Amino acid sequence: MSKDRFTIVGQPLPKIDAWAKVTGETKYADDLVLPRMAHAKLLRSPHPHARILSIDTTRARALPGVYGVVTGHDLPPIKFGILPVSQDEEALCREKVRLVGDAVAAVAAVDEETAERACELIDVVYEPLPALMSIEESLAHPEVRIHEYGDGPNVHKNVALQFGDVEAAFARADLVREDVFFFEGNTHLPMEQHAAVAHWGPDGKLTLWSSTQTPHYVHRLLAKILDVPAPHVRVIAAAVGGGFGGKLDPFAHEIAACKLSQVTGRPVKITLTREEVFYVHRGRHPVLMWIKTGFTRDGDITGCHLKTWLDGGAYGSYGVASTFYTGVINPVTYKMPVYKFEGARVFTNKPPCGPKRGHGTPQPRFALECQLDKAAEQLGLDPADMRRRIVAEPFTKTANHLTVTTIGLGECIDKVVEASGWRSKWRGFKSAGASTAPSEASPGIDCAGEAGARKRRGIGIACSAYMTGAGTAVYWNSMPHSGVILRADRSGGVAVLCGATDIGQGSDSILAYLPAEVLGIDPKDVRVHPGDTDLTPVDLGSYSSRVTLMCGMAAIQAAERLKSAIARAVAAKLETTPEALVFRDRKVGVPGDWEAAVPFADAVALGESMHGVLAFAGSYAPPKRAGKYKGGGVGPSPCYSYSASVVELTVDAETGEIELHDVWIAHDIGRALNPLLVEGQVEGSVYMGIGEALMEAQVFRKGLHKTPSMLEYKSPTTLETPEIHTILVETDDPEGPFGAKEAGQGPLLPVIPAIANAVYDALGVRIDEIPITPEKILRALDLERQGKTPRVGPEKLPLFTFKEPVVVESAFGQPADPVATRPFAS
Amino acid sequence: MKAQLGLIVNGETHELLVAVHKTLLEVLREDLGLTGTKHGCELGECGTCTVLVDGTPVLSCLALPLELQGRQITTVEGMAKGGELHPLQQAFAELGAAQCGYCTPGILLTAEALLAETATPTRDAIKQALAGNLCRCTGYTKILDAVELAALRMRVTPAGDRT
Repeated sequence: MSKDRFTIVGQPLPKIDAWAKVTGETKYADDLVLPRMAHAKLLRSPHPHARILSIDTTRARALPGVYGVVTGHDLPPIKFGILPVSQDEEALCREKVRLVGDAVAAVAAVDEETAERACELIDVVYEPLPALMSIEESLAHPEVRIHEYGDGPNVHKNVALQFGDVEAAFARADLVREDVFFFEGNTHLPMEQHAAVAHWGPDGKLTLWSSTQTPHYVHRLLAKILDVPAPHVRVIAAAVGGGFGGKLDPFAHEIAACKLSQVTGRPVKITLTREEVFYVHRGRHPVLMWIKTGFTRDGDITGCHLKTWLDGGAYGSYGVASTFYTGVINPVTYKMPVYKFEGARVFTNKPPCGPKRGHGTPQPRFALECQLDKAAEQLGLDPADMRRRIVAEPFTKTANHLTVTTIGLGECIDKVVEASGWRSKWRGFKSAGASTAPSEASPGIDCAGEAGARKRRGIGIACSAYMTGAGTAVYWNSMPHSGVILRADRSGGVAVLCGATDIGQGSDSILAYLPAEVLGIDPKDVRVHPGDTDLTPVDLGSYSSRVTLMCGMAAIQAAERLKSAIARAVAAKLETTPEALVFRDRKVGVPGDWEAAVPFADAVALGESMHGVLAFAGSYAPPKRAGKYKGGGVGPSPCYSYSASVVELTVDAETGEIELHDVWIAHDIGRALNPLLVEGQVEGSVYMGIGEALMEAQVFRKGLHKTPSMLEYKSPTTLETPEIHTILVETDDPEGPFGAKEAGQGPLLPVIPAIANAVYDALGVRIDEIPITPEKILRALDLERQGKTPRVGPEKLPLFTFKEPVVVESAFGQPADPVATRPFAS
Repeated sequence: MKAQLGLIVNGETHELLVAVHKTLLEVLREDLGLTGTKHGCELGECGTCTVLVDGTPVLSCLALPLELQGRQITTVEGMAKGGELHPLQQAFAELGAAQCGYCTPGILLTAEALLAETATPTRDAIKQALAGNLCRCTGYTKILDAVELAALRMRVTPAGDRT
């Protein structure tokens, strides 16, 4: 379908839930109130690592206003986890706590205050164990074991994959660089604290309303954790006040609310405090990285070898996937004919890390893009030109057997280079009388006197790629990843049922736009009913940038089926063929005889008269493209988005402060189903990248979070967020709904290394460690003054043996697997 | 200890009997059912719970209702007048300034106070006014755009002329 044939797709329409959101009507989980509802609190461990010797709840139970108290001994003795390979969590710990914040008991009471007071009356005797607070400590103390499972003492996962002979690739290179980088952990910081309301009814059926990004996985796991039949459990995703990956696991508070509802016979609500949200975490892994890459003198990559060490925190969570993601996406961006990846995730006594926007990929992206910048300089190449030259070939396979479809990265680079004035600015701020600098920049030019020597302006570039949905579910199955049911009613309205959860990205709106486009009706005529495991077909959840593509494809399929049924009925009435009919402007008719066109509501009535109830399903599962090697299931995606970013900034050489001026970002979106929403996703991604690059850090002291509040955990306000210039590039991907790819995560990735590279352009110092704080800038400048290499970053690597690699032939340059061939397509 | 008090919220007077230490945030949400006012920290750090008291932005998580008797309190539910959205609400909806929507009520009210004081704020002035309201979704860009658009529309069609 060519672009001008769309009526809704491509229009900057308001989201269908915009009106509710601007009037305060939207109901988030904590806004729900049920009659007789009790309020609950969790008692959490004050120790990072301890054995639980006893828990006595007698005093708490005696407190007036307390309705019920539960501990782990009231729950089935089952461990759980989001991934089948990491079943290591307990909602309420029985024998051992592994981080400050592990829950050990829960109280339901008349109000929160009473529940909190009751928690203080629970007597827990702990025997503290040595706390392992870093990768180094965990590896150095195999005698202390956080878990009894994994790939070695305190090693959760150890992976090694090799595609081709990297040593031979390095031997062919004109330049081989080895660099070491560190990316500190940080957290999602959604504005909404997690909340859940559980109601275990007298019929023995359980309903949970929760701020979750994945009602389906919570449904599955609740049945297992609580040992109740899954058909008796219903999970409803309330409106989510920000997720970013932080509401993707089953959580202690959800499980405790359910259990307390069962024992008290009342609905029970738990809302986490902000401090608890910091400890619940599941955010960005701290990752230490070693990367070795060979280059020809023209800038081509001959091969790359990457090692990553992830500080996983105390539980598995999505960590096995995170570990793979630190390695498998880098080859999607550039021609990288040979690739070796070794990764390890280590347990520590800290809040568990998991998926945060970009899941596992911002860290190696930072490493690769900073290394490319260094290599370009050594080779005497413009870093933008060098990247442009090595962009991967569309419709081919990568070294690690990933099929790549459309690639708009070349155009993205061209667009940001042009929009930013890269050609004149790069290295231009250093030259005397840099006439190209914007006028307000004049104090920042080195030659402009004393103030100029202090304020240095710089510009940097970086690129990235990201997946549009994971090719496999978190549990192995052959069922659809997303399902939609469309029901047309006699009013001419259409109801959409889909398990997707709108976390602000606009999935509810996509579910209205696409059927409306197909059926020629107004999005307002479509009512979307999302995220309810009783009513909606499964959608796996709002993660891995999968929702628009997968529920979008399912919605289009369901709408086409509905359209076809209606068309047959209208064709009979108008004495024409279904193929001759057009659906537009709430009418169905033949273009040449539009006077006779049937109003959509009448068309539905004709359809229902002919076929009975008009309800049609759409199903989507990604193409089966898992690489034929162990680990080949992580990384495949229907298609990949691409982004390029240029950042312009000023660094104060006296204080080390960085001021961002502009961020230009071009994003290959495939097709912008709604450019307004795509821009919003891009801008939000850029913002979050800026926060990670400059200030956000989830760090600990003696087991405690150093900054567990919104004031102390620094995140960008309006004042730190620069002007963001978004450019959308459309490539019309054959795998996406009307050609669309993802937008919610990819654009975060290039911003962080672009900032690091701009700092280098400004000051000539390399900060190989995120976040780039003023303190690190000053340390680098100090090193320069001492005549040392002006670089701040990790100095050493852990002593660690990766497992023998799975050795597979590189698939680099091979033709892509068949495109648009997938289960349930017809 | 509970106290009897009279609160004027969105022009309506409520007689309430509430615990004296309850915050305005709690009373609005729990006693008056005005759940449009959200909370992000309950420590006065994030701006999410902002309401207006006599037209000035106040963090409702730090305010005590006992001290606000007789004052005009405005929450997001009070922004639309006579079924007509406030120009800020309209602009936020049209421009996609609300993604998850959780910070939106606090930002709308902070912006309303700004526009009541300054009809033509510069982009920098809008940034200054909203610097105490965190948003994690939007990168603030569309929020700033929406405040600018609302300000423009309010200049073209002043409040008295709006139907």
